[in-house]
Amino acid sequence: MIGTGHYLFLSLALFLIGVVGVATRRNVIIILMSIELILNAVNINLVAFSRLVGSVEGQVFAIFIITDAAAEAAVGLGIIIAFFRNRETVLSDEMDLLKW
Amino acid sequence: MLDRVLFDLFAGLAILSAILVVTRRNVIHSAIFLITALLATAGIFLQLHAEFLFIVQIILYVGGIMVLFIFVIMLVNLDVALHQMQFRRQWWVGLLLAIALGAETVAAIYIGRLSLPGPNSAPPATALEPNTELVGRALFTGYMLPFEIASVLLLVAMIGAVVMAKRRT
Repeated sequence: MIGTGHYLFLSLALFLIGVVGVATRRNVIIILMSIELILNAVNINLVAFSRLVGSVEGQVFAIFIITDAAAEAAVGLGIIIAFFRNRETVLSDEMDLLKW
Repeated sequence: MLDRVLFDLFAGLAILSAILVVTRRNVIHSAIFLITALLATAGIFLQLHAEFLFIVQIILYVGGIMVLFIFVIMLVNLDVALHQMQFRRQWWVGLLLAIALGAETVAAIYIGRLSLPGPNSAPPATALEPNTELVGRALFTGYMLPFEIASVLLLVAMIGAVVMAKRRT
């Protein structure tokens, strides 16, 4: 039988993999995909607790998070396309226009 | 018993494909593995008796967001980036940060483990049925205002994405 703890650890593992992806990769598209992984891990937590409490509100919050993820992906990818058109790169450490 | 096997299957698939997402060199491979990770998460949702969220995850994430990602990967020419260094020079700082965060969270779960009920004391699955009807009722009564704000947010994001990606003339 599976307890809530199992879901917490699964969610933690996915979250940490996402954090490693955001903190170590240079490619901006992979950084955005890692952010999707992180949001997904949070959703697992919310749904697991919704099941534990026996209330549907955690799932409602998960739906709002999915909406936010869609908005974030659309705007982020728009920024990537605009940036690629100007600088011909998708590597995050070459985005140094604000560096002194 | 079957529950356990399914959980192990979906969790293993999700973690394995998540690791592949952040380590692959080719971005399109990363995107494909992200699709598997999202599908495995959808399986976890189904196992948690969240049927509506399971369908939303597949239609919206796998069918919508990932198609957007793959379109952008096709639009952005990545042949040059493929032969460059994939990780930052300070990658070990990020790894240390993640390990510290993980240790902290494991400690927090371990300290609070007594407030988590045991596996058998969870309320019966019937408390969340019929799932779609309950989610819809919650969305259109108690969460009406956040729901409308989310629709405005999507509109703003849509306009923002179009303005951002539009070619300057």
